[in-house]
Amino acid sequence: MFQGYLPMILEGLSVTLSVASVSLAIACVIGLIGASAKVYGGKAARLSAAAYTTTVRALPDLLVMLVVFYGGQILLNSISETHGWGYLDVDPYIAGVSTIGFVFGAYLTETFRGAILSVPAGQIEAGFAYGLSRFQVAFYILLPQMIRHAVPGLTNTWLVMLKATALVSIIGLDDMVHRAGLASAATREPFTFYALIGLIYLAVTTCSVLLFGALEKASSRGVRSGGAA
Amino acid sequence: MIDWEIVADNLPAFAGGLVNTLILLATVIVSGFAISVPLALMRSTRSSYVSRAVWLFTYVIRGTPLLVQLFIIYYGMAQFEFVRSSALWPLFRSPWFCAWLALTINTVAYTTEIFAGAIRTTAPGEIEAARSIGLSRAAVLRYVIWPSAWRRALPQYGNEVVMMMHATALASTVTIVEVMRVARDVYTNYLVLTESFGVAAAIYLCLTIGLTALFRRLEKHFLRHLSRSEAPNAKVQPAERLNPKVA
Repeated sequence: MFQGYLPMILEGLSVTLSVASVSLAIACVIGLIGASAKVYGGKAARLSAAAYTTTVRALPDLLVMLVVFYGGQILLNSISETHGWGYLDVDPYIAGVSTIGFVFGAYLTETFRGAILSVPAGQIEAGFAYGLSRFQVAFYILLPQMIRHAVPGLTNTWLVMLKATALVSIIGLDDMVHRAGLASAATREPFTFYALIGLIYLAVTTCSVLLFGALEKASSRGVRSGGAA
Repeated sequence: MIDWEIVADNLPAFAGGLVNTLILLATVIVSGFAISVPLALMRSTRSSYVSRAVWLFTYVIRGTPLLVQLFIIYYGMAQFEFVRSSALWPLFRSPWFCAWLALTINTVAYTTEIFAGAIRTTAPGEIEAARSIGLSRAAVLRYVIWPSAWRRALPQYGNEVVMMMHATALASTVTIVEVMRVARDVYTNYLVLTESFGVAAAIYLCLTIGLTALFRRLEKHFLRHLSRSEAPNAKVQPAERLNPKVA
């Protein structure tokens, strides 16, 4: 039915999944830095974090992606020119992962900011009163408690991000969408292949919803809820 | 740093791109709204078949990338002989129709869920009260459920409209010359970043700010009964401050 192109498409799925998960890791790091800048930072840190989240969320993902991709290329060229390294190429994988991470770091900054604020201040004060260092308070008190509040936002970001990885095919990364394009050009069956990858995306989304549901349950152990559950 | 000559030379192209972006956005928002309202009502009915059918549609659309949906419609439909020989073929051959269709289907899925969620959270007492004073089902829908659901959905709906504005950038992949396409063309012609994507970013930023301001005004208009400053007892405050025991 897929004229032998199924293995190639599935290989593309692993590229898509790897782009999505590495981007999520980058976005989480950026989000944590951005959120701590917004909550605990000085004036300069707060202002730059606000400028970052506002600008990124006001522009189309595709635009930010192309700017980072072409801008990174120009930057790399000028750096290598001054050092005499010769021509360097931006790897589309690195470009894709860093742009998606950069874009969704802005969304996660807001998610994590809300999560930090929902941990009662008394918990943090109690930690300091026991003589814990800032690092210990962050890792043993703040982080475990904010995860519960961050999971719904994290789930949402992951689902949106998974779909945004389709855009990396535009900057030349050999992901599932790109391979579906190649397969449909070769077989003249574009509907078959684009519908196939659509179903694959749907399956991944469904699995993610189930997994994150379990994570939400696990991170809310011991929390009393008002509902019948 | 910025070569204003390039910017000036390409300003007419960007203006044309902006017009195309706005036309696409406006048609998508109008058709998307018109289809989502009845679908949201169906989604929130008690009949589980109807509700589940609508849920399946929104789930499939929300679970797949817009780019793939666009490619299925624009490239995919040509695969079928019956489409190519049908009267609809001129439509499916047009990038404008395909972009409009893909964006509309996409926004309908998200907007339906937004509206259905708002309808579901209507206070049961309001509906019972309306029914008990003799309003028909249609009248309850028109005068009780929809106005309050619309108000509750407005902030989220505003977000969705901004997201759709950003999504029109994907139409550049199917040869429509909107802002994004113009920016990419200018970049390929001159190999300059600020004068191509920078201008596009400024345009999108202005559109986002404009849409956000528009929805803030709409919220102010539709939610004015909740505004504190206009509440009739606002004038009582100074007296309360003088004599705290009153409060």
